[in-house]
Amino acid sequence: MTKLYAVTRGSKLNKVLPVIFTALILALAVLPKFLAIPYQVKLVQAFILIILATMWNLLAGFGGLVSIGQQAFIGIGAYALVYLADVQGLNPFLALALAAAISGIFAFPLSFLVFRLSGGYFAIGTWVIAEIIKLFVVQVKTLGGGSGISLAAFSGMGRETRIAAIYWSALAAIFLTLLSTILLMRSKLGLALTAIRDDQTAAGVLGVNVLRNRRAVFVLVSVGFGLAGGLIAMSNLRVQPDDIFSVNYSAIMIFMVVIGGLGTIEGPIFGAILYYFLQDRLKDYGTWYLIILGLLGIAIVSLAPEGLWGWISRNKFSLFATKYRVSQTSKEEGA
Amino acid sequence: MATHSNENLLSISQIHKRFGRVVVADGITFDVKKGEALGIVGPNGAGKSTLLNLINGNEPLDSGDIIFQNESLNSLAPAERNHKGIARTFQIPKPFADMTVFENVLVGSTFQGKRVNHKQASEIALESISRAGLEAFFNTPAGKLRLLDRKRLELARALACQPQVLLLDEIAGGLTDSELPILLEIIRELNASGVTIIWIEHIVHALVSVVHRLMCIAGGELIAIGKPEEVLENSKVIELYLGSDFEVGGVA
Ligand SMILES: Nc1ncnc2c1ncn2[C@@H]1O[C@H](COP(=O)(O)OP(=O)(O)OP(=O)(O)O)[C@@H](O)[C@H]1O
Ligand SMILES: [Mg+2]
Repeated sequence: MTKLYAVTRGSKLNKVLPVIFTALILALAVLPKFLAIPYQVKLVQAFILIILATMWNLLAGFGGLVSIGQQAFIGIGAYALVYLADVQGLNPFLALALAAAISGIFAFPLSFLVFRLSGGYFAIGTWVIAEIIKLFVVQVKTLGGGSGISLAAFSGMGRETRIAAIYWSALAAIFLTLLSTILLMRSKLGLALTAIRDDQTAAGVLGVNVLRNRRAVFVLVSVGFGLAGGLIAMSNLRVQPDDIFSVNYSAIMIFMVVIGGLGTIEGPIFGAILYYFLQDRLKDYGTWYLIILGLLGIAIVSLAPEGLWGWISRNKFSLFATKYRVSQTSKEEGA
Repeated sequence: MATHSNENLLSISQIHKRFGRVVVADGITFDVKKGEALGIVGPNGAGKSTLLNLINGNEPLDSGDIIFQNESLNSLAPAERNHKGIARTFQIPKPFADMTVFENVLVGSTFQGKRVNHKQASEIALESISRAGLEAFFNTPAGKLRLLDRKRLELARALACQPQVLLLDEIAGGLTDSELPILLEIIRELNASGVTIIWIEHIVHALVSVVHRLMCIAGGELIAIGKPEEVLENSKVIELYLGSDFEVGGVA
């Protein structure tokens, strides 16, 4: 008996969704024509949060690299943007792309430093690196020292045009990060990372070079963090060392990823959207805001340990075509 | 029984390993020839699984040498040893729980030493799964498999690495009388196709029906190594492992 099998990626659902996503992106692209400025600003914030959550999840949820120092690369991206756009006089959009790349370039040598550490030491080590980079930046006069630096590149532009331009940059950034994430998870690197996520020892035994794959993901997500940092600088029109290198970014990223669902592509997106609404609604309540956030985190983690997405999908389906499916195509009776 | 060459594929020399006070390898020395099938027996806690861990690099040696194809493995990570052609199964299965059976095995075929493209890797994975008898579970998350199927998955993943040496750690336990011969046939076939086998198993009659040589370890020491029938008659092996009323039954 000979059986023939076909190997495909994704489900029927995954065939429809790209159409919906494309429609969504197009709708979002024309929004500035119809949407009041404050809403555009809010969307930019939400896009940045989604990028951050997605990147932190690739690192921690798939790579197993629980870092609390990725604000290092957010900061590098933000400062690189201001430096390239204002000091070097580059087009700010080109500067944004370069800032992302520069952040990735910094990550490569730094990975050799932090990868000597593991587990909790790795987490603390990344934080220390972020603090050291901050202390270094504070010393640099061209970057404004301890009081920070303003972004002047948009000063010739009217408010409406500027906000729309930033909105489109953020939209392009989130589109590219999500698309790259999906392509990454469909690639060999994605297969390796998923295996590392589930069992690091078994992955190594099966020939997955755990260290090299982790380094690759560490550098790649740093590009994303740098991009987010650049966007933050653009939307705030100002970079301050204590804010941009703040460990709060790590706390927020952990919150979004854990409540959304660690180790899935969808989870962090949901987590980021939920977090966005929570902070938008609750930020005026002061301490209550933090208490409610904390209680909610605890509730979700104990009631649905796999996060909101795990609870919704019950591991039965995914929005993106990363899963493999084997189906039987023919069956010949015989010897 | 397939014959094998005289070339040493793997040389274990004077290896020592201890976990705290427990000595698990106390100067073990032996060679494995290319194409050979070597069985390992020994009481619980003897250091059998640890020996496989030392060979594939999951545990570092305290001292000694492991030479594979005239090259020392001592400084190589498990993944690098896999790329040299060493694959293994785990006594306690280590599935990628949230990945499907196919994806689990695809990891093995994709990241093996030989460069294969995606299509080839998929084909190797499909074939390994069929061979290990998991065809009904291609799309099942590995975490949902029963223990016996998890052991089959261990075998499928190891096969997908297309190894030169296959280290097997108690994969026959729990199989029924009709399933056991199928497994034995798979291992004989592999061995006949040139794959060197090192196999730990407590089901002695099954083991000796496949292996060329048998080795007994106890308390981290090599007690005896040689022709299966000789090792099974060795008085120390009987004393430390088999017990005096032991008889090789079944298919042996
Ligand atoms: N990583 C470890 N850390 C500490 N002790 C260990 C470790 N691995 C194994 N041991 C101990 O070393 C001894 C040998 O264990 P090993 O698993 O090699 O035995 P085994 O011969 O495979 O036994 P079994 O037949 O039960 O599988 C045992 O006492 C075990 O508890
Ligand atoms: Mg064992």
